[in-house]
Amino acid sequence: MREQIRQVIREHGHLAVDIDGLADAADLYQAGMTSHASVNVMIALEDTFDVEFLDSMLKRSVFESVDSIAQALTEVGVPA
Amino acid sequence: MTVTAAADTALLAAARRIADEIAAPNAEEVDREARFPAEAIAALREEAALSALVPDDLGGAGASLEAVAGACFELGRRCAATGMVFAMHQIQVACMVDHRGDGAPWFDDYLRELVAEQLLIASITSEVGTGGDMGKSIAAVSTPDADGAASFEKQAPTVSYGPHADAFLTTVRRGPDAEPGDQVAVLTRREQMEMESQGTWDPLGMRGTCSPGFVAKAEFATEQVLPVPFATISAETMTPVSHILWSHVWLGIATDAFDRARAFVKAAAKRKPGEPLPAATRLSELMSELSLLRAEVGLALREYCDLHAGDRARLAEMATILRFNNLKIAASEQAPKVCQEALGVCGIVGYKNDTPFSVGRHLRDAMSARLMVANERIHATDASLLLIAKEV
Ligand SMILES: Cc1cc2nc3c(=O)[nH]c(=O)nc-3n(C[C@H](O)[C@H](O)[C@H](O)COP(=O)(O)OP(=O)(O)OC[C@H]3O[C@@H](n4cnc5c(N)ncnc54)[C@H](O)[C@@H]3O)c2cc1C
Repeated sequence: MREQIRQVIREHGHLAVDIDGLADAADLYQAGMTSHASVNVMIALEDTFDVEFLDSMLKRSVFESVDSIAQALTEVGVPA
Repeated sequence: MTVTAAADTALLAAARRIADEIAAPNAEEVDREARFPAEAIAALREEAALSALVPDDLGGAGASLEAVAGACFELGRRCAATGMVFAMHQIQVACMVDHRGDGAPWFDDYLRELVAEQLLIASITSEVGTGGDMGKSIAAVSTPDADGAASFEKQAPTVSYGPHADAFLTTVRRGPDAEPGDQVAVLTRREQMEMESQGTWDPLGMRGTCSPGFVAKAEFATEQVLPVPFATISAETMTPVSHILWSHVWLGIATDAFDRARAFVKAAAKRKPGEPLPAATRLSELMSELSLLRAEVGLALREYCDLHAGDRARLAEMATILRFNNLKIAASEQAPKVCQEALGVCGIVGYKNDTPFSVGRHLRDAMSARLMVANERIHATDASLLLIAKEV
């Protein structure tokens, strides 16, 4: 799952650095992801994993790192 | 009565008195000369209203946001500039109260000092080069030296009451290498700053806010940086509280424009009792426009206070962000509309600046609403959030 998450961020996150150089816990916003880009990441994640996030998950902190995204995906039923 | 209830009653009574007795008689001159409403702010200081939101364990009144919003409405009704200065100050205080962190003695001490000295705090969020996009900064905190001293230099296009403030809450990038969206908020005292004035302040409305541009340079200790990311401060406090308090000022402006239109119609009815009065029908239409504004502003306040007191985590959710953005867009469009329609009711005596029915100042003041963070920018943000948010 983490590799797919990384692929989505690579395509839609518009990071200032290469995602391969970031740890799973690294802060994506500090790596240059804007709020606008984060929305595109969310949409692409829903599409890739064929899930819908809950409103309670749609906030900045949930999409802060590969780890926090993986946790949110697990919560909506994606197998780890 | 609880501490909060007593503080709320006292704040509202003080705001009403100051609005009527001090802000109202000076409002025209404040507008004409684009001068700071010094006497009204001094009176608010005397009533300790500048620390209304500071919790009572730090010596403040511990008043509620509802009461502060009510005070913004009362002041805005008599002098929009006074209401706006008061509102902007309270927004900065709310950010510090909510986000000073546990065991961050610098901010606790500062808030105690604010209570004792009734310090006035201004805001430096906009920046030359990023415009009204509060979520990005160019200026950055320098790398702190061994003693924890750091600095920044920010080109600020608009700093309300910049020449009159005791301290400034400024957004900057976390450090020299930080991305534009990786921001923090720093509180610096006037003594720690060099404020180089840029240009003049001769605007259409909100003239008494005295908001020219500055190059702001500061040297400070790293404890003066609020300990959470600005993105969190902005989502949970600064943006919703700004939208709520600003919209109460705008509601105040619109309400006074309506009151003037109503006084005009009553006077006309007295002159010609029993004769048909087309302006009376327009006044009735105006009342329904005002009631829409009042409903949105009041409802948003209650919703925020419920979330803040209850499930505070929900403040960061997209659906909540959309909700308080809607408030700003709706109120900033409806308030000038009410003022314009009031002008339609009063006609030429409303258009003249020197009659009891003048609404020119109201209209000019209300037109600032759509610019205080451009509505187009907020729409752009909302358009993006709407793609993913579920229940809105
Ligand atoms: C009375 C008053 C007092 C103020 N006081 C302060 C203060 O004390 N401190 C402070 O920091 N700021 C303050 N401001 C805010 C500040 O003046 C402006 O928000 C800031 O200068 C941005 O300027 P701008 O209007 O050129 O904005 P921009 O946001 O840059 O907008 C310029 C134009 O471009 C359009 N635009 C820009 N970006 C987009 C986008 N992404 N999508 C669509 N359209 C876009 C806008 O609609 C607008 O027409 C105050 C403003 C007013 C009116």
